[in-house]
Amino acid sequence: MADRIRVLVAKPGLDGHDRGAKVVASALRDAGMEVVYTGLHQTPEMIVNAAIQEDVDVVALSILSGAHMTMFPRVLKLLEEAGTDDIVVTGGGVIPADDMEELIKMGVDRLFGPGSDTREIAAYMREAVAAKRG
Amino acid sequence: MTDAEKMGATAKSARKAWGEKVSSSARQRDALFTSISGEEVDLLYTPEDIAELDYERDLGFPGEFPYTRGVRSNMYRGRLWTMRQFSGFGTPEDSNRRNKFLLDHGQTGLSVAFDLPTIMGYDSDHERAEGEVGVCGVAIDSLRDMETLFDGIPLDKVSTSMTINAPAAVLLAMYICVGEKQGVPSEALRGTLQNDLLKEYIAQKTWIFPPKPSMRIITDIMTYCAEHVPQWNTISISGYHIREAGSTALQELAFTLADGFAYVEAGIAAGMDVDTFAPRLSHFFNSHLDFFEEVAKFRAARRIWATDMREKYGAKDPRSWLMRFHTQTAGCSLTAQQPFNNVVRTALEGLAAVMGGTQSLHTNSMDETLALPSEGAVHVALRTQQVIAFESGVPNVIDPLGGSYYVEALTNKMEEGCREYFDQIEKLGGVIAAIEKGFFQREIARAAFTYQREVEEKKRIIVGVNDYIDEGEEIKIDLLKIGPEVEQRQKKVLSDVKSSRDDTAVAAALAGLRAAAEGTDNLMPYFVDCCRVYATEGEMIGVLREVFGEYREPPIYW
Repeated sequence: MADRIRVLVAKPGLDGHDRGAKVVASALRDAGMEVVYTGLHQTPEMIVNAAIQEDVDVVALSILSGAHMTMFPRVLKLLEEAGTDDIVVTGGGVIPADDMEELIKMGVDRLFGPGSDTREIAAYMREAVAAKRG
Repeated sequence: MTDAEKMGATAKSARKAWGEKVSSSARQRDALFTSISGEEVDLLYTPEDIAELDYERDLGFPGEFPYTRGVRSNMYRGRLWTMRQFSGFGTPEDSNRRNKFLLDHGQTGLSVAFDLPTIMGYDSDHERAEGEVGVCGVAIDSLRDMETLFDGIPLDKVSTSMTINAPAAVLLAMYICVGEKQGVPSEALRGTLQNDLLKEYIAQKTWIFPPKPSMRIITDIMTYCAEHVPQWNTISISGYHIREAGSTALQELAFTLADGFAYVEAGIAAGMDVDTFAPRLSHFFNSHLDFFEEVAKFRAARRIWATDMREKYGAKDPRSWLMRFHTQTAGCSLTAQQPFNNVVRTALEGLAAVMGGTQSLHTNSMDETLALPSEGAVHVALRTQQVIAFESGVPNVIDPLGGSYYVEALTNKMEEGCREYFDQIEKLGGVIAAIEKGFFQREIARAAFTYQREVEEKKRIIVGVNDYIDEGEEIKIDLLKIGPEVEQRQKKVLSDVKSSRDDTAVAAALAGLRAAAEGTDNLMPYFVDCCRVYATEGEMIGVLREVFGEYREPPIYW
């Protein structure tokens, strides 16, 4: 159980573009991780509740609607309020480079843009989780 | 054996001999020789591949059944396609300025993108709207915003396409009210609502209500428009989003047509004569990079629609048989890396749409993988269409690829594949049942994943992404950003509207809407009544959420 990485793939906000989230979910599953996909139209509260209930190692948000500067900080704050510091927060979508920088400063671990390789995403998650688990 | 058969047999054996010679002696590159949809294609096509083709039956003449070659008798010599760039962001003032810019630069029709709160039926001050107001389209809360959006744009002079689905009736009602204020009667309004909920459940996922009440609202719009807004395209049956979600070209074609026929069946079931509403159904396709596959898709689409509308649904009016469609180039084919390459991709895709006989076209801007398009990028995109129209010579001749052994064989194959999908959908109990069983969603997710795998394994080369990479590339491109001040301004306008309107009239209009929703009256006149007294979109949709409930999708991935 401890070895197996658990990932919550989440779609926050009103955005319905779920191609990327589903492709990543399928690829992570094939890479041997346990994947929980939230489905669409999730609020940050719903996502953080699911992350805690499902005891995940990684929360991966997919946002293509431009609402990333609202959604990521909200999820980070709620996780902090819940007293969890062992969950890696990552994600991807249509996010301009300078917004990515700002989000990483706020505490998002790493972000992936269009054209990313799912194998690279899986490898990154293994590393990031290993670092958290120490 | 007749002489013709003898000649055919000779040609057949000659081709066979040639094929054997090639495969035994010629070296082949180590690459994937399938279409972008993963379809096998042959090295060469010859008359043998279209031996069964009957010109009169399968192709005919442009403007005549089965319209394979085009829906107008003289196509682009009569009128070029409408150059229609999808646009909308920020406040109604911002979008009004962008629309005037586009009209001034030779665009011939408007196409409005709404923000997600508007698409999902929430006002700008709703908690679920936070961070999304004006971000991926224009924010519309009440008639006041719609008046601003079309300020100085005479509605009897332009046609307006509105990309709106679940709340389509509300936006149409607002448009009718803006017309009233400009002195333009609803009969003179021209435009299109997307209003295609089936593809929302299948691919785009911005639904509000469950399928059944959604279908009722759609048939209400069709009935109302047939009488009051006769020049309005009531549904734009859309494959675009299905393709963007990762489908193949064939899936796009088959699922879109299946949706279209489902609307036809719903209209007939609601008691309408098919010829009263079918001429106002339009279509919307994606144009992706595999040039010939796309052209074949467009041609097959026209032939299938015409055939089934006449033979299966008994339409007698030729206008019910002909499929008119809008095309947008494939957003999903664009890359964030080396964004200037996207201009070339878009040009190829635009050319395929024109070769395929589109009635209107949106060409994507090179920076759309990163943000909303900047003005400069939109400018190049529009110019791309103008180069095709005025410099390439392509529009001179109708269906210039007609008769190509390859394109005709592909067109036939598209039609066959499409009919196989129709059978599967029917076995599942029709489109809505297939949605509820997750059939379309799974088919699309599987295709998207297969494609991604092929790219990652470098079976497919995407220039600048998995090959021909510019190491250390920094993407420097001016992006359009929507700041939080848009949300603030929008909320202010909304609160001004709420404090200046006649609350009693609003309450009465909303009560009328509720009663109509609970009963069987056509909802359209009630929406118009609500809009006229400045009830907000969120209030109207809120009433319907209470009556109809909300749809929830089972979260499945493949």
